[in-house]
Order: sequence, then structure tokens, then C-alpha cells
Amino acid sequence: MAPQDFSPAQMAAPSYPADVQPLVFQYVLQLADTSLILAHRLSEWCGHGPVLEQDLAMANIALDLLGEARSYYQYAAELEGRGRTEDDLAYLRSAVEYRNPLLVEQPNGDFAHTVLRQFLFDVFHYELLIELKAGPDAHLAAIAEKSLKEAAYHRKWSAEWIIRLGDGTAESRQRLEKAMRTLWRYAAELTTPTPLEQRLHAANLLPDYADIQAKVAAYVAHVLAEATLPVPTDAFAQPGGKAGRHSEHLGYLLAELQYMQRTYPNLTW
Amino acid sequence: MNQQEWPLWEVFIRSKQGLDHKHVGSLHAADAAMAVQNARDVYTRRLEGVSIWVVESKHIHASNPDEAAEFFDPAADKVYRHPTFYDVPDSIKHM
Repeated sequence: MAPQDFSPAQMAAPSYPADVQPLVFQYVLQLADTSLILAHRLSEWCGHGPVLEQDLAMANIALDLLGEARSYYQYAAELEGRGRTEDDLAYLRSAVEYRNPLLVEQPNGDFAHTVLRQFLFDVFHYELLIELKAGPDAHLAAIAEKSLKEAAYHRKWSAEWIIRLGDGTAESRQRLEKAMRTLWRYAAELTTPTPLEQRLHAANLLPDYADIQAKVAAYVAHVLAEATLPVPTDAFAQPGGKAGRHSEHLGYLLAELQYMQRTYPNLTW
Repeated sequence: MNQQEWPLWEVFIRSKQGLDHKHVGSLHAADAAMAVQNARDVYTRRLEGVSIWVVESKHIHASNPDEAAEFFDPAADKVYRHPTFYDVPDSIKHM
């Protein structure tokens, strides 16, 4: 197991008012679920990548996200204070309890589909981490600082692939356009605040998502222009994941992700 | 399906500042930018380096193994080419 960089011993115990603490817990859990689910999706490519180099690249990104998810789960467990561990939170919750946005649970599809899913997430992830790093929660700021370098590389990787595929061959472009038609509807959920996020923003614990949305839109437009692709004008957006309303895909994903702990409770390596 | 392979690139990594770039292996990539990125993902995952060079393998010209005898063997009995016949004064350090 990787070293636990942000173990409770190293960080001051969080001190939130009793009515705010559960909200922060829910939000940290949402961050954790998001990174874990996307890490799992990417790990499904392991051994199946189009070329060895990209197989490794996706596995690297998966491991970065998994490490980030662990840090969030550990902090969430501490915030909850009911004795649940990071493993309990990751392995023993059902699909409706998961709070990841719908985008990250979407199946891999072909490489263009995976790259676009990654790109839409990376752009948001990068901007969010910049805000969290400067935010009032020292624990989240420490996790964000470490993850930001990784996220910057993820964004570079996925943006370059968007450009290569969009401005590549007729086939690569057509595959990316197809992915766009499937995935674009899930992008808006990332930057659309839920009631939970609105309350945390009102308490000055979360940044204004409108600012993040503006930066995300500008960066996406810039990369798509280089890829010679139009920014989709279809405004239809499908939210739900952050409120626990998931697509059928998440159940299958969790069945595989949680199989070991469900079948052999408390199993350790 | 396009069966054309991406060209091969040789990868050189500098493990830390002040040291030389060393050849660590090769990989496939469509162009130099992708080669550097792939090298980062393939060869620096365990903190191996602080700098990456890539060069397309076709640009490396090698000596011919069949000529190894005439290339290298004549140096085998020229011990005088090593500066080992000098007495180094004790006051000279780090030789």
C-alpha cells in the first residue's frame, strides 16, 4: 500500500460546527467517490490499451486518482468520526450512496471516448484543485496541493490526445465526434452546484462554481479549437450522480470493485 | 484499421542534476512531443529522472558489429594509452 501522506496524525483534527461537519463529510466523500470511480474505469484499460505506452499512461493516471481518493476517504472517515475506515467507505456503500458525477462512471467505450471523458473531467479537476488548495480547509488544501501536479499532467495528456484525435485522421475525428455526442451532456454536472455545494459555498467553504465554470469553458473551447472541433451547442445536460441518482453502469462497476470485500469481509492483502 | 506502426524512439534520462543523460530504452510514438510524454509515463514512474531526451532511432548511426575486431581489438594491447605510468605526488588528491 502507498504511504498515507495525510494520515490524521500529521494533520490537525478538523474543527467544524456540529451542523457543518456532516456537510463537509458529504462533500469530501463526493470528491473521493469521483476519483475512485474514474480510477477504476481507467484501470479497466490495463492490459487492453491501444499501445503499450498509452496502456501505462492510463494506469498511471488511474493510480494518481486512486491515491487522491484514498486521501479523501481517510479524511472523510475522520470527519464522520463513527469508526468507519477508508475501506468501509469505498467498499461497503451501495450505488445510491455514491456521490460521483455521472460522467466518471460512463463506460470506457473506445479510446476516443475514454480520452474525452478524461479531458472533460481533467479540466474541471484542475480548476477545482487550484481553488481547494487556496481554500479554508487545511486538510483539503494539502491533498489538493499534492494532487494538483498530477492533475496538471492528466490535463496535458488528455488535451493533447483531443487535439491529435480531432485534428487527426477521418476515423479518429469521427470517433471523437461520436464520443462528444454521448458524453457532452454529462459535463455540465461537474460545475453545476448541488444544494449541498450551494450551502458549503454560502458558508465560504467552497469556491463559486460559476468562476470555475468560466475557466473550464474557456479551456475546453481553446483545446477544441486546436482540435478543429466545434464546441457543442447542445445545451441538454444530464445531472444526477452527485445526488445519488446514477446510471445503471455504476452498479456493475461497484459489483466488480467491491466483490472481494463483499465476498470475504475484512480480507486484507 | 491502420497497421502502420509509429516510429521508434530512443529514450535518455538524466537521473539528477549534474549527471549525464543515460540511455534507458526505447518506445513508439507518433512525434517528438508524444515521445517525451510516453517516456515520462514509461520510464520515470519511480522517480528515475529530472530530464528526458528522445531521439528517433533512425537518426542513431551505429558501428557495425562485423567490424568490431578492427574497430576495438587494436586498443587492447596499448596500455601506454592509459596514463598509469606516472608517479602521482601524494599532495595531489582526487586522481
